[in-house]
Amino acid sequence: MSADEAAVFGDAGLEPGDESRDSALRWRDYLLALAGDKVTLAAAAFLALLAVATLGADFVAPYDPVQLNLKERLLPPFSAGASGIPHVLGTDELGRDMLSRLVYGARVSISVSLIGATVSALLGISLGLVAGFLRGALEDLIMRTVDGMLALPSLLVALFILFLIGGGYANLVLVFALLHWTVYARMARGLALSYRESTFVEAARAAGCRDSRIMIRHLLPNMASPLLVLFTLEIAILILSEASLSFLGFGIQPPEPSWGLMIAKGRDHMRSAWWMVTLPGVAILLTALSLNLVAAWARTVSDPIQRWRYLRPRHAPPDESGERGG
Amino acid sequence: MRHLLYRLLHSAVLLLATVSFVFFAGRSIGDPALNILGVNATEQALETLRANIGLNDPLPVQYFRFVGDVLQGDFGVSYRFGFSVLPAEVLREGLGRPVLPLVLDRLPATFFLAGVAMSIAIAFALAMGIAAALWPRSAIDRIVTVLSLAGVSVVQFWLGLMLIVLFGVTLGWFPTTGYGGLEYVVLPALTLAARPMGRIAQVVRSAMLDELAKPYVTAAKAKGASDARVVLVHGLKNAAIPIVTITGDELSALLTGAILVETVFAWPGIGLLLIDSLNRGDLPMVQAGICVVATLVIAVNFLVDVAYTLLDPKVRFKQAGP
Repeated sequence: MSADEAAVFGDAGLEPGDESRDSALRWRDYLLALAGDKVTLAAAAFLALLAVATLGADFVAPYDPVQLNLKERLLPPFSAGASGIPHVLGTDELGRDMLSRLVYGARVSISVSLIGATVSALLGISLGLVAGFLRGALEDLIMRTVDGMLALPSLLVALFILFLIGGGYANLVLVFALLHWTVYARMARGLALSYRESTFVEAARAAGCRDSRIMIRHLLPNMASPLLVLFTLEIAILILSEASLSFLGFGIQPPEPSWGLMIAKGRDHMRSAWWMVTLPGVAILLTALSLNLVAAWARTVSDPIQRWRYLRPRHAPPDESGERGG
Repeated sequence: MRHLLYRLLHSAVLLLATVSFVFFAGRSIGDPALNILGVNATEQALETLRANIGLNDPLPVQYFRFVGDVLQGDFGVSYRFGFSVLPAEVLREGLGRPVLPLVLDRLPATFFLAGVAMSIAIAFALAMGIAAALWPRSAIDRIVTVLSLAGVSVVQFWLGLMLIVLFGVTLGWFPTTGYGGLEYVVLPALTLAARPMGRIAQVVRSAMLDELAKPYVTAAKAKGASDARVVLVHGLKNAAIPIVTITGDELSALLTGAILVETVFAWPGIGLLLIDSLNRGDLPMVQAGICVVATLVIAVNFLVDVAYTLLDPKVRFKQAGP
């Protein structure tokens, strides 16, 4: 155990002789590190709350999100409802409860981004892994495609494809998968390239593993943490894209509630009902900001050189050179 | 030089791929004749139009004709623009107004907006990033980090709507939509600047942190250079490469972002034209718009590559030497 590692692990509650000390940090250490960082903790708490609200939308939402109630149109936040349940975040131009629409809108906006990110990650990681590990002509083909696609403005291409095939939930997922696999492929290929000559791959090969086994059982676990950080950032990017495409009328179609559509609707009543346009935008901002904060934190904590920043906040090295491994 | 020639070739291939994509994707949605004349057209009128604009030729012939026309700057005629004023027999011959000049007319407005937005973004990003790097882990650093992450996390068109409500409607300081003098560009440019400002500030911060910890900075201080000189001349010059790279990336992202911001502010640029044409189903206009924007993005990427070569002495001298 080097002096650096002692500095890192000494304060994290690990006993000498603990067999995990030289390998990865344990869950408890991550939780301790999270508890010490208030901004990230708040972001993680918000995401947890959002997950609960989204999954349990049927129980959380006080009203039916598509139920019209023309007697209670455009009520400002904290208005009393006729049915006894208050409209905490007000109502829209058709008297629908804003809180309920936000919760159900979250379900649509987040699930479309989550599915899109998952499909593109599976596609991109497989192709990148194959390109970086097997190399050859296949690598050239895959990487030239990636370079080309990354050079084109993706929002514009997405708009054009949706213009041709029509909007809607499934088409949105399709477009996300088609256009966003490239970032995963580029990262997975870079990681696979850097590991393919390493001793553990050589050892696995000597033990008689087939290529597919080396890729899935030996390479993939080593690539997990940077890819997971990328996945988190991609979800944030897809939530923003969904909002943009739906706002322009080429994404989710009404009456399905989505955050982007709610902003588009709110725009028409911007001058009289500020909450209609403000609240869904705030929801997107908080969600994307939380995802970005958690990703930045995860990137630092999973980096052995930068890790001390979160693990030992009070015992930081005296000068900045320490953070680059001194 | 070989590197740059290779990049030039790469850009040309990308452009051809874009043109092919808009051609085949455009054909995939059905009969252009029906699109032009509408569902009420007679079968005879449709047939005449198809024969006149060459829709009866085999697809490869049509494709090469399309590419050839595009190379001569001809993207075809608009399905909508000018059609209402033309006599019916002219319409059947497929003569609307050529789309490319209509698209190019909108470029100055988009360039103006993008230029102002990028200047704002770079100025703020440099100030924020350098301040954060000078006092790492201070309150300033925290604020800069959260602000720049917020700039990346905000939905651009929503930020525009918020600025309209705050400065346009409530305070009445700036006009909310339209095109004119400098006061019209303030709100859309601020909206568009938020994202690149956040991204560039982050890169400035980390590049400056790296540079300021290096021995040559200590040497410069020891020989008596002022703090400002150490940071702005020694540090910033060496941190320039990552900053130029991210600025180029953000400039191409900015051109796409302009589509949404122009829509919100009714700014008569290429983005507003594209969205209008998409909503009207004006395929040639959309094809021309996409190709023009893609050309700009590819050109920006190429220029960043050139700048990169000029800035990095390692690359520069390796190419000048034997």
